[in-house]
Parts: sequence; C-alpha cells; structure tokens
Amino acid sequence: MSSKLLTYTLRLADDILILSQRLGEWCGHGPVLEEDIALTNRALDHLGEARNLLTYAGQVEGKGRSEDDLAYLRMERQYTNVKLVEQPNGDYAHTMVRSFLFDAYHLPLMQALTKSKDEQLAAIAGKSVKEATYHLRASSEWIIRFGDGTEESHQRAQAALEDLWTYTGELFEGDAVLEEMTSAGMAPDIASIKEAWSKTVDQVLAEATLKRPADAFMMTGGRKGLHSEHMGFILAEMQHVTRAYPGVEW
Amino acid sequence: MSNNPNNWPLWEIFIQSKRGLEHKHVGSLHAADPQMAIENARDVYTRRQEGNSIWVVLAEHMHASRPEDAESFYDPADDKVYRHPTFYTMPEGAKYI
Repeated sequence: MSSKLLTYTLRLADDILILSQRLGEWCGHGPVLEEDIALTNRALDHLGEARNLLTYAGQVEGKGRSEDDLAYLRMERQYTNVKLVEQPNGDYAHTMVRSFLFDAYHLPLMQALTKSKDEQLAAIAGKSVKEATYHLRASSEWIIRFGDGTEESHQRAQAALEDLWTYTGELFEGDAVLEEMTSAGMAPDIASIKEAWSKTVDQVLAEATLKRPADAFMMTGGRKGLHSEHMGFILAEMQHVTRAYPGVEW
Repeated sequence: MSNNPNNWPLWEIFIQSKRGLEHKHVGSLHAADPQMAIENARDVYTRRQEGNSIWVVLAEHMHASRPEDAESFYDPADDKVYRHPTFYTMPEGAKYI
C-alpha cells in the first residue's frame, strides 16, 4: 500500500510543482504590475503545497529523500504530472485557461481529500482548500473577462480552450493505483471530481460566452512519466542550479 | 504611462488591519473594475497579513483640499486651545475619559 500512497502523493505534488514553475515564468513579465504580483503569488501558493506533498512523499518512501531531492533530482520519466500543466504559457489567455481548467479540478479534489483516511494527506488538503478556492476564483474571472470582453480577447480565450481541451482527459484517468487508493478511502472517487469540474467549467464558460469544446482525442501518458516535448526544457531550467552546484546552500 | 487611454483606472486602497479599527489608506493600484481592484489589493497589500477587510475607491472620485487653502483652513485653530478638553478637573475615580 505504501508504494501506492507514494505514487499518488507524487502525482498530486508534481501537478502543482510543474504548474508553479510555469506560472513562475511570468514573474517580471506580467501584463501589468498588479497582475504580475497576483500571478506570482499563486505560483508560490502552488509551490508551498508541492513542498508539503513532496516532504510527505519522502517520508512515505522512507529512503531519506527530502523535498528538494524529489523536486530537483529526479529524471523526466520519474515525474508523473499531467501534460496539461507542462504546456507553454502562450499568451495570457492561454495561461489563464490552463490554470482555470486545472483549478476547477484542483478545488473539488482538495475539498474531497480533506476526508481522506490518510491523515497527512487530509491535513495537507485542508491547508490547500482556501488557496485553491481563491485560485479558481481568480482564473474564472479572467476567463469571463476574456470571453465576454472584446472580440480579440474572446477569440484568444476560445483558441486556448480548443488547444488545451485535449489535455483535460488525463486529470480524470483511473488506474490500479487510484482504484486501490480510492477503495482504501485514501483518495476521493475521481468520477465525483469530474462531475464537479464539469459543472464549474460549464458555468464559467456560459458566463464567458465561450463554447465548451467537444470531447475528442484525449492526451495521456503523464501519469506514467511520458511527457510532451516541453517537459525536458522545464526541468532543464528548474534543475539547473541544483545540478550545476550539487548540495549548495545559501 | 498614466496618460495612456488604454491604462486601467487608478484605485485608492484602504485596508482594515483588525475588526473594529478604521480602514487606512495604504496606496493605489490599477484595475479594470471594482472586483479586480479588490483582488489586486488583496495580492498587493495583504500578502503579509496586513488586514482583513478592503475598501477600494476610484481615485477620480477622491476629492482633496488644496494646499494653498492651508492657511485659511488650519491656522485659525492655532490660538484656540480652549477647544481641547483640558480645562476640566477630572473627577476622582473616572477611568475612561
């Protein structure tokens, strides 16, 4: 069981670790100063949550690996985040649609996870719920602004939605790990998370006058460590300092 | 930059640090509407636990006294010390005055 718990915890951690890294790329490049601060704040929220999960994963594994070892010293194939979060930032509509699709999944997941029979996961989720609530609110509002804004912003938001939709199936994929975690009462039923996600997406897209893309081919592979071509570049940048100066402290 | 018509309007931000205390002016920021102004204020001015309530007001709706009025406005109070309630003898045992 502990290897399932480790796998599951790393999945949770990797999703927000990589999303945090992507959002962090906007630091100093935001469209306006206020938004630059706001987005970087959210990137740091994600990083904080990832730290808790990675520390816990290290404890579950029991081989003495720290949060830093897990964040910065794994190879690409050992990261199990969904491909959605590794997609490039693109324009601001792209970044916000990516966050919105993730936040609408992340909030109900964290809410449900507070009832996990694994006390540590439940505690970490409990801490995340408030932040996740704010994240969804912020990204939803941008979707509505863009969608219900000018012709240009509407078109960009719709294009981002069409682009990223193919990455949403992976959020709700089931496999043996998830099944076992769910039946042990340690992970929530993913179907109920999808239902909540779908409802939020419909609600926000309707207000934004955006069209929900049809479900067609859905990307897969992230949970098995098979990533898109972008992942290597993310890790190269993210791991550069740690790899160039092993064990450095400041 | 502030003359650019594409810029979002400027908002003045007031933060209440504790329930029951007044909202204090902390600065200003740009936002497209009140909602965004409140959220930006949350991120810019409350990230170090500075407050638990936010007011935002469009800067163009703020009106201020003019510096050149200062003499006629404030100087007349200079020689009116009797306006300070310091000429009373405090009753013994009065604690909260």
